[in-house]
Amino acid sequence: MSVEAREARQPWILLSPALTAVFLLLFVPLLFIVVYSFWLRTATGADQVGFFLDNWREALSDAFYRDILLFTLKIATITTLVCALMGYPAAYVIARSKGNKALLLLLLMLPFWISYIIRTMSWINILGVSGALNTALLYVGVIDEPIQMLYNQTTVILGLVHFLLPFMILNVFVSLEGIDTNLEDAANSLGATRWQAFLQVTLPLSLPGLAAGGLLCFVLGAGTYITPLVLGGPSDAMFANLVFEAIITQLNWPLGSALSLMLLAVLGALVMVYNRYLGMAQLMKGLG
Amino acid sequence: MSSVHLNNIVKRFGAVTAVQKTSLEIQEGAFVTLLGPSGCGKTTNLRMIAGLLDPTEGEILIDGKRVNDVPIHKRNLGLVFQNYALFPHKTVAENVAFGLKYRDVPSSDISRRVTEALELVQLPDVGERYPKELSGGQQQRIALARAIVIEPDVLLLDEPLSALDANLREDMRVELKRIQERIGVTTVFVTHDQSEALAMSDQIVVMSAGRVEQVGAPEEVYNTPASEFVANFLGASNILAAECKSRSAEGVELETPIFGKLVVPAEKAPNLGGAGPAKLVIRAEKLLVAAKDAAAPDGVISVPATIEAVDYQGQAVRYFVRAGEAQLQAINMIDQRPFAAGDEVNLRLRPIDCAALPDQ
Repeated sequence: MSVEAREARQPWILLSPALTAVFLLLFVPLLFIVVYSFWLRTATGADQVGFFLDNWREALSDAFYRDILLFTLKIATITTLVCALMGYPAAYVIARSKGNKALLLLLLMLPFWISYIIRTMSWINILGVSGALNTALLYVGVIDEPIQMLYNQTTVILGLVHFLLPFMILNVFVSLEGIDTNLEDAANSLGATRWQAFLQVTLPLSLPGLAAGGLLCFVLGAGTYITPLVLGGPSDAMFANLVFEAIITQLNWPLGSALSLMLLAVLGALVMVYNRYLGMAQLMKGLG
Repeated sequence: MSSVHLNNIVKRFGAVTAVQKTSLEIQEGAFVTLLGPSGCGKTTNLRMIAGLLDPTEGEILIDGKRVNDVPIHKRNLGLVFQNYALFPHKTVAENVAFGLKYRDVPSSDISRRVTEALELVQLPDVGERYPKELSGGQQQRIALARAIVIEPDVLLLDEPLSALDANLREDMRVELKRIQERIGVTTVFVTHDQSEALAMSDQIVVMSAGRVEQVGAPEEVYNTPASEFVANFLGASNILAAECKSRSAEGVELETPIFGKLVVPAEKAPNLGGAGPAKLVIRAEKLLVAAKDAAAPDGVISVPATIEAVDYQGQAVRYFVRAGEAQLQAINMIDQRPFAAGDEVNLRLRPIDCAALPDQ
């Protein structure tokens, strides 16, 4: 074999374990889902094999699914905005800190050591009827009986922000780290105040990181079912809860498959728009 | 154009003192270089003048006005960085126009002044491009244009040539000096490169370990170093222990084991009081290696020596020569062909080329 041919083969040899795993564990199951979505669940509870468009017709025409999809996108949008507003200043502080940057980054990673589900459930101990906040308010005497603070849209967003904020901070931090601090000094020396220098120089240069963090928060937020399940009320179901409901509770795999593909298509389109205008490289930088 | 005054400036970072009690007067229109090795405090001084750092003690005056409490964006200074620090998301023209936006300049004047500044740095046609499309040398010219278009009171240059290739660096040196002379702006230049400092400055401030070692014109600093540090940092010098016998109007009489008695001109030993231990400073290029049998002219000291190593440099050669106990360096222009290691030679020295320092 020629040297060129050997060198051309080498990356594929190194990639093959990962590619095999992705193919068998992601691509093949996804194909099954696609196939399932055209089957039909009969009244007896058995799946009828064939090519039926009934699931798709239901998923695409029923206003119930459309409204929940819109609600899901709304929750994800609010969560992303809150994460951006809270995360940017934090990322800025970490990126500009001198001595304790490593410690601050460690603190940022710390929540990942605890399961996301446990972190979500922890809010029940804080905001629940017999949780820390109610107990404290009762003790101080501000309220006479516990307030129901949980199981509404706000607590769903709260839980999602809690879950997603580190992703936003990390992405913005990485892009801020890549900006030469001399640029702000140069802007200051030319007559810009610190705030003007930030708006003119630092903020525009960090937008790719903000966009990457935003995309991650949005996609992860829109795809979650744990947070609304644990912290939401009956009317706070998000789209992934419908999939969960269809597949786990009703055992209607064909409909669940069609619904999950629908969500995948919407979020996939968003990623493609992002990729078209900003490129995946920035996202990779933020994740790595 | 403005003068700059540092008055007993001290800068501490925690327990570290970066600048100790420095006082400095920079005349209007002068090109002053802060020269020294890394960590000597030269950049700290520059950043304090710029307003990027606050002095721990002392005063900074620009045009006689105290500016310690004036924030950087109100000081009207031009600042050029080693890594250019151009705004990557703005075009060259937008970069140059940046400072004008904060100065109530009418928009018609902005484009005229940007064009003039780009012409001054000889890059009139790159306004629409982005910095990353330009070479390093071009980017540094744009950074210079951006700093001078605002007509700053003082131009501050922080190692602006260090990131450039050797050849380009020498071209830019000439270019920078030409522009500075043309606009006549008071300039403070920070470098660790002695040849840049010698070539460009009206005055050199040699710094070491946070303090000023010597201030003077390039020739003065080069020929009459005020300390061993300055003698070693600027060019290659031989520093020999000597005994000062006496000081008189015509000079200082010194005695060294190798060269015997010699009289150094009084102006080349300004800090040497009278009799006592001293140091004799001989520039490597003032020490001439000559054939053993050639007769020395009058007034030239000649002592036998052996060449230990030869460092060929093209047009010049550096000899490491043993004379008695000492190893000396001599940098000579090559005449025909250089001597070889092991050759027995004579070292020639004119006392008027030497300088003398007190023994510290």
